[in-house]
Amino acid sequence: MITQYLFYFLSALAITGAIFVVFTRNPVYSALALIVTFFSIAGHYFLLNSTFLAAVHIIVYSGAIMVLFLYVIMMMNLNLDEEPVKTNFAKFGAVISGCLLMLVLIVALRDAEKMSIQNNISEGLGTVNYLGQVLYKNYLLPFEVSAILFLSGMVGAVLLGKREIQ
Amino acid sequence: MKLTNRSKVVSNKEMSIAEKLYLPGIAKGLAITLKHSFQKPVTTKYPEQKREFSPIYRGWHVLKRDEAGAERCTACGLCAVACPAEAITMEAAERKKGEEHLYREEKYAAVYEINMLRCIFCGLCEEACPKEAIFLTDRIVDAEMNRNTMIYGKDKLVEAIDNRVDVSKRQTPAVAEFKKDKFHTHNQTWQDRLNAGHDSDHH
Amino acid sequence: MLSTVLIYKALIALGVFAVSLVIAMYSTYGERKIAAFIQDRVGPDRAGPWGILQPLADGGKMFLKEELIPGIANKWLFILGPSISMFVANISSVVIPWARPMVMEDGSTFHFQVSDINIGVLYVFGVVSIGVYGIMIGGWASNNKYSLLGTLRASSQMISYELAMGLSLVALIMTTGSLSLNDIVEKQDADFCNFVYQPLGFLIFIICAFAECNRAPFDLPESESELVGGYHTEFTSMKLGFYLFAEYINMFASSALMATLYFGGYHFPFENELIPSLGENGVRILGFVLLMGKIIFFIFLFMWVRWTIPRFRYDQLMNLGWKSLLPLSILNLVLTGIIMAFTEGWLKF
Repeated sequence: MITQYLFYFLSALAITGAIFVVFTRNPVYSALALIVTFFSIAGHYFLLNSTFLAAVHIIVYSGAIMVLFLYVIMMMNLNLDEEPVKTNFAKFGAVISGCLLMLVLIVALRDAEKMSIQNNISEGLGTVNYLGQVLYKNYLLPFEVSAILFLSGMVGAVLLGKREIQ
Repeated sequence: MKLTNRSKVVSNKEMSIAEKLYLPGIAKGLAITLKHSFQKPVTTKYPEQKREFSPIYRGWHVLKRDEAGAERCTACGLCAVACPAEAITMEAAERKKGEEHLYREEKYAAVYEINMLRCIFCGLCEEACPKEAIFLTDRIVDAEMNRNTMIYGKDKLVEAIDNRVDVSKRQTPAVAEFKKDKFHTHNQTWQDRLNAGHDSDHH
Repeated sequence: MLSTVLIYKALIALGVFAVSLVIAMYSTYGERKIAAFIQDRVGPDRAGPWGILQPLADGGKMFLKEELIPGIANKWLFILGPSISMFVANISSVVIPWARPMVMEDGSTFHFQVSDINIGVLYVFGVVSIGVYGIMIGGWASNNKYSLLGTLRASSQMISYELAMGLSLVALIMTTGSLSLNDIVEKQDADFCNFVYQPLGFLIFIICAFAECNRAPFDLPESESELVGGYHTEFTSMKLGFYLFAEYINMFASSALMATLYFGGYHFPFENELIPSLGENGVRILGFVLLMGKIIFFIFLFMWVRWTIPRFRYDQLMNLGWKSLLPLSILNLVLTGIIMAFTEGWLKF
């Protein structure tokens, strides 16, 4: 019962936050609203009994990425009156990509109802132990490959940052 | 020239690995601070515990009375002239008949003010005074919340008859010896002076 | 049965809250006293005997001071900043186990801990990583360049040191095999305390804890010599008090964490030999007292270091974080892995 109310509360919070992100003109407010959204999504993960995912979501997204976002926004001192003027081409592109995203979401969520019926998940699903077993036994190769992908991303970022030295 | 053997030659030489770790340095620093925390504090807990004053400490001024209680100040203004900080102001008044027990001379200071914010406690007023009326004592001037109260009038400067301020520390042995000689009018009380007929008013 | 456990948990939560507030309060007094002793002074000694009522006087002063919100400041965020700082500081000690668990009549174990989350260490990390928002929001909302500079320093410093802190803890988690603080403490009952196995990890962890608490020598976000007051330049009254108080609560929480993770928590040597003479409860109370002793020692260490070591320069801070601590913690991780591979017999030669 409580979980149901919590679900509605968190969903409302997440959606309100997301709408705020889009509609506030101050970039710092947008970033703060996005943090609220991330927290409510982490709450959803908690409700789904995947505590590890929730904690990592908070640590990585709210704790690191959004801090860096805020850092950059505060550093750049984006004023309201210096908002760049969008061309018609950009607006058209935005509408098209928005529609495409909508399409993808509809297609993805069409099967959601069927998935919720299969409710025979084991007790420990989402916990650290289960996740570790799955990642390091069943999906070891994709896991390591994605690690290499991250490493190459980091090396690329460092290279871009140090470009002027060469 | 080497004054102490505590000086160290500063150099920018490459640090050794042990120095680069900083940890031995930090441990050394921690040991020094820990040693200090067991040393006796140097604090003087002021209102209860007073630091020893120098014998010639110059603090809160006093306007002296003579032995029989008459104010010695004659408002000559020499102290105000001598004052390098221009802290002293006064207004003179003439002594009325029947006030001989209050003021020694026929002229006295009706108003005598020292601005304690200007005063530098140099003691030149004391040196300038021909009547041995003003002295700097070892009393500390209080801290105040506003400027007006830092201007001390006669209420704070003149000593009380029943609570005399000892200024003997400010006098050399020669002066103390001279003070015993009651033949000089300078050392007599207002009553002695009246009886001896020195006061011109009543002749 | 559930409701009684709930009531006990609520009592423990209340107790932890009260204890952390009181210890933080007396940390301010302790800090001033320790600073005084190190500098051959007496320190506060006017309010009550030896000045022990000084924190009350300070608190009273903080409450009664005039409350100022600058006209150009962002009012709501200005209030939100110190509130987040205080809130986050208070919730970080939730997962710390305070005393030996008790076996109830029905066979279930009762943990003297507000919440036994099975990802305790990650929870602490999450809380630490959102702790920077209090500083960021408050500093930005002040609309003051000194505040903003302090804010930027705080955020970059916290991000940099979180990494090394996390990696030093990963090695600890590897040796324990659990993210739950209960398991980590219980593991140290049978073996030595973790400090013996992870000395380098502990060193990295304590340095990062200093940096995360914004304590000297890493107090660049509030360095008064160049940034006036850093992120709390514009704050007055109890809002300033919240920021300062949060720092002390963070100190308490990280001291408790260090004692729990690396020094056995409520365990102490030869406690099992003492159970016959002292009884289960006697050992439990002694363990709690000793845990408090460890925490207070670490708080003392925080202060001792503060009054010994001068502040880092900003480039030195970043060099230390990224070029020394991060590689060292990775080295620690790899070494731990290799040693474990040999001792646990994963590699056969």
